[in-house]
Amino acid sequence: MTGSTLTLATAAGDHRALTMTLFGVFVLATLGITVWAGRQTKDAADFYAGGRGFTGFQNGLAISGDYMSAASFLGIAGVIALSGYDGFLYSIGFLVAWLVALLLIAEPLRNSGRYTMADVLAFRMRQRPVRTAAGISTIVVSVFYLLAQMIGAGSLVALLLGIEGDAAKRWTIVGVGALMVLYVVVGGMKGTTWVQIVKAVLLIAGAALMTVLVLAKYDFNPSSLLGAAAHASGKGDAFLEPGLKYGATGTSKLDFVSLGLALVLGTAGLPHILVRFYTVPTAKAARKSVLWAIGIIGVFYLMTLALGFGAAALVGPRTIKASNAAGNTAAPLLAQQLGGGAGSTGGAILLAVISAVAFATILAVVAGLTLASSASFAHDIYANVIRRGRAGEREEIGSAKLAAVAIGAIAILLSIFADRLNAAAVVALAFAVAASANLPTLLYSLYWKRFTTVGAVSSVYAGLISSVLLVIFSSVVSGTPTSLFPHSDFHWFPLENPGLVSIPIGFLAGWLGTVLSKQSADPAKYAELEVRSLTGLGAH
Amino acid sequence: MDHPHQQPGSPPDGTVTATDPAQLERPEEDREFRGLRASFRSFAFPVTLGFLLWYLLYVLLSCYAHDFMAAKLFGHINVALVLGLLQFASTFAIAAWYARFAERRLDPSAALLRERYGRPTVVTPWEAGE
Repeated sequence: MTGSTLTLATAAGDHRALTMTLFGVFVLATLGITVWAGRQTKDAADFYAGGRGFTGFQNGLAISGDYMSAASFLGIAGVIALSGYDGFLYSIGFLVAWLVALLLIAEPLRNSGRYTMADVLAFRMRQRPVRTAAGISTIVVSVFYLLAQMIGAGSLVALLLGIEGDAAKRWTIVGVGALMVLYVVVGGMKGTTWVQIVKAVLLIAGAALMTVLVLAKYDFNPSSLLGAAAHASGKGDAFLEPGLKYGATGTSKLDFVSLGLALVLGTAGLPHILVRFYTVPTAKAARKSVLWAIGIIGVFYLMTLALGFGAAALVGPRTIKASNAAGNTAAPLLAQQLGGGAGSTGGAILLAVISAVAFATILAVVAGLTLASSASFAHDIYANVIRRGRAGEREEIGSAKLAAVAIGAIAILLSIFADRLNAAAVVALAFAVAASANLPTLLYSLYWKRFTTVGAVSSVYAGLISSVLLVIFSSVVSGTPTSLFPHSDFHWFPLENPGLVSIPIGFLAGWLGTVLSKQSADPAKYAELEVRSLTGLGAH
Repeated sequence: MDHPHQQPGSPPDGTVTATDPAQLERPEEDREFRGLRASFRSFAFPVTLGFLLWYLLYVLLSCYAHDFMAAKLFGHINVALVLGLLQFASTFAIAAWYARFAERRLDPSAALLRERYGRPTVVTPWEAGE
């Protein structure tokens, strides 16, 4: 055990009680909201779409809450703290991606769908094959995303309880999993949305407080903060330039391009983001929610830039790496440092506050993901494929609740493995799968008249299978000390992020499937979809 | 909230003079709808292409133009940082531009078509305050 982890473990004792108290307050408050929301949840529109009664601003906050996950807060701050400028790409890609959602997806989706992404595809395609495909890809993307959140939770617990806390860590993850299932089962979309709103406000307040404290240390001069970060990193000016993480070889540069592509095209295919557009009454309100989300998320990412460079300058890469090799604990460590350092009361308080906020973040995002994936299971796979539309509303919601329990269990099991990975990197994989499997078919369905069922199904499966297979045979899963399975090596795909290959495959398969199949699209159905998506005529 | 469905062709306030009954049944043939579709597509598609290329340019410069990106402008601020912040700025600007465009060019047309072909415009109490 190194000296710095010893200090951390000792400091952990001081603030553990405080963190648990603050987190407990958050849990009690949100459980109260959930029970209240549960009493008002009567039919499927309430459970899946929060009664479609949220305003654009409320939903914008909730979208920001869903999006500013543990990966954004802990992961990006960590990548910037360890790799400098290259971590900034995550923030930029994550933000620019919202323009795709704003211009091409949000409003048409709100007008033409009902509860899930598959509704849009099923509008003019054959129900069962497209719902099966879209349901499966929804669940796969959500599980990748859940995994990233659980990694964040694991790192936090390890930091708070010291490195001996293996049993405690497991129990915490089980607790997080149980709570998220409770939120979803009891509160449905209404409860989950309010939890997101509360969490978004807390997270922005926490990040803003830390940003001000960091900048104050450098007389509010960003240039001196950057200088100090470059100096403390031990890498000098290279820390502030692109290339430290991804610039070494031709392959790693391609990996960077691949990551950039996945980030910018993934957002508009994320199931838990797409279902948020159904919680508002009109397409115009869906547009307003995206506009609010772009503003809130943009400001938040600017703050993570200050937090990442602040952690590099004030905590230093050595201490960060000793606590968590992937950098996931950089932000809480920075909080401790800003409060007065390890062992000080101020440090303990600030660490406790930021850790509680991060826990709240994880809990809320995990609940959103569980809801989106269980809704897709119940509405698409169970009600429309297995029961062929004969299931009543109560039966459908019942199956959604059971699915939430099952998905919660899967997430808990997976999280026991994966804590060597960086949370932001795993989220980037979820983005790559979403961009390969979901985005092409959504865009074709909405904007290409000739698109057919065969095209839709080929696009989803080709994007999904190619992206998942390429991840399995990349160094994320095997072959390096930081892989999921460090002791075996079956990797041959040189890039960590599959987007560069699998996104074109998804688009190409949709096009090929359409032009090669014998069936032709129904022009009347497409005309109806277009009218509905542009005007809202006949929208739910 | 699910919107109440109405029979097509029965505008609630009688603002539409039904000159062509076929037109009332098929909104996709309406000149107003074609105009809406054209103005949406001629904004959304080129702008999407534009910001994707601008973003891709940034990613490629980061990878393959290291010396250019590393050039210092003032203090410790280099070209890479400024270009990154410009991506933020352009995102905010495009979002605001689209919001203005949609409010002026798309919303009135969509509202007119809703009135002409179906249900009344839904104004919910929580939207009225926005």
